[in-house]
Amino acid sequence: MSGTAAALGKDLTGLEPLSADQIRVILDTAEPFKEITGRRVKKVPMLRGKTIVNLFFEASTRTRISFEFAEKRLSADTVNVGAVGSSVSKGETLVDTARNLEAMSIDMVVVRHWSAGAAAFLAARIPSNVINAGDGAHEHPTQGLLDILTLRDHFGRLEGLRVCIVGDVLHSRVARSNIYGLVKLGARVAVCGPRTLLPAGIEEMGARVFGRVEEAVEWADALNVLRLQLERMQDGFVPSLREYNRVFGITRERLERAPGRLLILHPGPMNRGVEIDSDVADGPHSVILRQVTNGVAVRMAVLYLLAGGAPHLAEAARDWTGA
Amino acid sequence: MSGVLIRGGRVVDAAAGTDLEGDVLVERGRIAAVGAGLGAEGAEAVIDAAGLVVAPGFVDPHAHLCEPGWERRETIRSGARAAAAGGYAAVCSMPDTDPAVDDPASVGFVAAEGRRAGGARVFPAAAVSVGRKGERLTEFGEVAAAGAVAVTDAGRTVKSSTLMRIALEYARSFDIPVLAHCEDADLARNGVMHEGVVSTRLGLRGRPAVAEEIGVARDLALAEATGGRLHVQRVSTAAAADLIRRARRRGVRVTAEVTPHHLLLTHERLDGYGTEYKVNPPLRTGADAEALRAALADGTICCVATDHAPRHYDEKEQAFDDAPFGAVGLETAFALLHTRLVAGGVLTLPELLERMSAGPARALGLPGGTLEPGRPADLVLIDPGMEWTVDAADFLSRSRNTPFRGEKVTGRVVRTLVGGKTAWKLAGRQ
Repeated sequence: MSGTAAALGKDLTGLEPLSADQIRVILDTAEPFKEITGRRVKKVPMLRGKTIVNLFFEASTRTRISFEFAEKRLSADTVNVGAVGSSVSKGETLVDTARNLEAMSIDMVVVRHWSAGAAAFLAARIPSNVINAGDGAHEHPTQGLLDILTLRDHFGRLEGLRVCIVGDVLHSRVARSNIYGLVKLGARVAVCGPRTLLPAGIEEMGARVFGRVEEAVEWADALNVLRLQLERMQDGFVPSLREYNRVFGITRERLERAPGRLLILHPGPMNRGVEIDSDVADGPHSVILRQVTNGVAVRMAVLYLLAGGAPHLAEAARDWTGA
Repeated sequence: MSGVLIRGGRVVDAAAGTDLEGDVLVERGRIAAVGAGLGAEGAEAVIDAAGLVVAPGFVDPHAHLCEPGWERRETIRSGARAAAAGGYAAVCSMPDTDPAVDDPASVGFVAAEGRRAGGARVFPAAAVSVGRKGERLTEFGEVAAAGAVAVTDAGRTVKSSTLMRIALEYARSFDIPVLAHCEDADLARNGVMHEGVVSTRLGLRGRPAVAEEIGVARDLALAEATGGRLHVQRVSTAAAADLIRRARRRGVRVTAEVTPHHLLLTHERLDGYGTEYKVNPPLRTGADAEALRAALADGTICCVATDHAPRHYDEKEQAFDDAPFGAVGLETAFALLHTRLVAGGVLTLPELLERMSAGPARALGLPGGTLEPGRPADLVLIDPGMEWTVDAADFLSRSRNTPFRGEKVTGRVVRTLVGGKTAWKLAGRQ
C-alpha cells in the first residue's frame, strides 16, 4: 500500500474534498480496528500522548460517544466540551473558541456545529487536525464512511451498487456525505422523498430522484433511511407524520414487494413508525447496529490516519494484545 | 473669485449629450461653462485634466453609513469620505441605523453630519415605518422637510401590502420615491444564499429567486395602481428585471438599481463559505448576472447602487450562518464596472457614467448628475488607463468587507470635486 502519513491531509471536513483512493484508504484502515472492539482489552497505544477535544456545539449522543470510544481505544487523552454550560453558550464566537484551543496546544478537534462550513472554518484557523462531526446540513463524513463501510462489508463491492437515500435529504448532512462518497466510489445513488424535502439541483450532485418510494424499493440494492425530524412537520414540509409513514415509510409490506433482498441502513436515532417500521428496523434486512459498530472502527481509522499513522501499520493493531 | 478651470480632459456628460475634449469652468461652486478652449482668466486655480475623463460626480442611491448606532462599522464622516474616494459626490444614506432614521430630528442629524464630513454630499433617506417595524407610517412631510429625499425600510420588505400601498400614495404628496427591498419575506425565510445547486452542495439554507420576483411583482402592481414613485433596490434576478422592463413600457413610475457584485459575481463564489460573498439579496446564477447586465445596458435598470454595507471584521469572521449580510462598495464600484463592463463591451464609458450619475440623480430627484451650467460643480476626474489592485487596507471606509479583494482593475478616480471643492484626491496626483 502506498499510503503515506499525509494520506488525508490535515483535516477531515467532508468527503467532497477526498479522492476515491483516500476514501478507500480510510475504509481499509478501519478493517483491523474492527477487531479491537470484539476483544477483552479494547485498547491499542497508537494515539498515546495525543490530546483530543470533542467540541459539540449541538447536542449529540451517539456520534460523541462513538468518537470518544474511538479516541479512548487508541489511548488518546480526551476532553468533551458541550454547548451547555461552557463559554460557547456565553456568546463566545467560533474563532475565539478556536484560538483558545490553539493556545492549549490541542492535537485534534472533533467538532459538531449547527452551521454549514463551521468545520472548514475552524480547520483553516488552527494548526490542530480538525474532524467534522457534522456541520449544519453540509456533511457528516464519518457517518458517510461508516455507511459505506457497512455497504462494502455486506455486498463485497461498491462499484455499480444501487443505493437510495430516503427521506429528508434537504436538511441532511448524512445524505450529502453519502452522495459524495458513494458517487466517488462508483456506486449508483438515488434519493427519494417528498419533493418538499429534496433540495434544488440534487441531480447535479449525481443522484437520480424517485418521487415514490415504491420505485426506489424496486430499483435499489440498499436503502439508507433518514430520520424525519419532528420540526419538519411544524415547519410545514410534511403535513403529518402519519401521512409520511403511509407514503414514504419503509414498511415490511413495501420491502416484500422488492425484487431482491434489500439492505436497510439508518443513521439513527430512529423514529419508529414514522420513517421506518419496527419490524423492518429489527428485521433481517437491517444492518443498523452493524453501522454503529463500524462507526467506532471508521472513527479510529480517521483519527489514526490524521495523526500521521501509516495505513499499512494499522495492521499492527491486530497483534496488540494490551499491556 | 473662486473660479477653477479643469483644463484639457475628455468631458463626458451623458445627460447633456456631451462628449468632447475640452474644459470645465467652475465658479462659486457651480458649473459656469463647458467647452473647448475656455480661458483661464478669472480662474484662481487650474486643474490639468490631460488624459483624464471629466464627468459628473457619481451619485449612489443606496449606501449604509451606519451612524447612529453602528459606528464600529462606519460613520457618516468615514462613509462620506470613502464615497468621495470612489468618485461619488452624493450618496443617499439608508435609515437602518440604531435607532432608525424615522423622524425629523434623526434626519437632521444625518444631514448635518454629512455637511461636516467633508466628503460626498449625504442625502438621508428616512424609514417608511416607525422603527422600520412595518406597522405605522413615519411623518413623510416632516422628514422630507428635514431633508429626507426618499423613504425606505432599507433591507426589510414592507410586509403589509396595505402599508406599502399607503406609503406609495402618501409619498406622492411630497413627490419623494419609495425605495423598496422587494422580496416575499415569508418565502425568503432565513435563507443565507441563493437557492440552487450550490446551496444544496454546501448545505446552506436557500433564498429562492421567486421570492424576489413575487416582491417585485407586488410592488410594481401597487405602484401602477397608486401612481406612486417606486424605486426597486438592488435587483438580483433575471425575472425581476424582466418584470421591471415590462412595467416601464406600460408607463409605471418605476426606477431600479443594481450593484456591482450582482452584475459581476455569481453564487459559485460561495464555495468555500467565504462570508465576504454573503450579501442580500444573494449572489445569483450566471444567467441572472447576464440578464442584469443587459437590463443595465438597455436602461431598464437606470442606476448602479453600491449597497455599501460596512461590516466590522470580526462580524464577518464567523461561521457562515452567523456572519451578517453585506459588502462595502463605494471605493471600488467604478473601477470594477469600467474594467468588466466597458472593456467587456456591455456598456460604453458614457453609458456607465450615466448609470452612475444622471440615472440615480433622476431616480431619487437629486441635484447632481450633469454638467449643465448653473448646476452644482460635482465632478469626478478619472484616469481611464490606470491599472491597480483592490486592496482593502487602502480603504477610507472603516470596514474592509469587499468581495473583490485582490481584483486587478483598470481606471481610477483621481479626484472628486463637491461643490467645486476637492473632496478627495489620489495621493501623488496633481
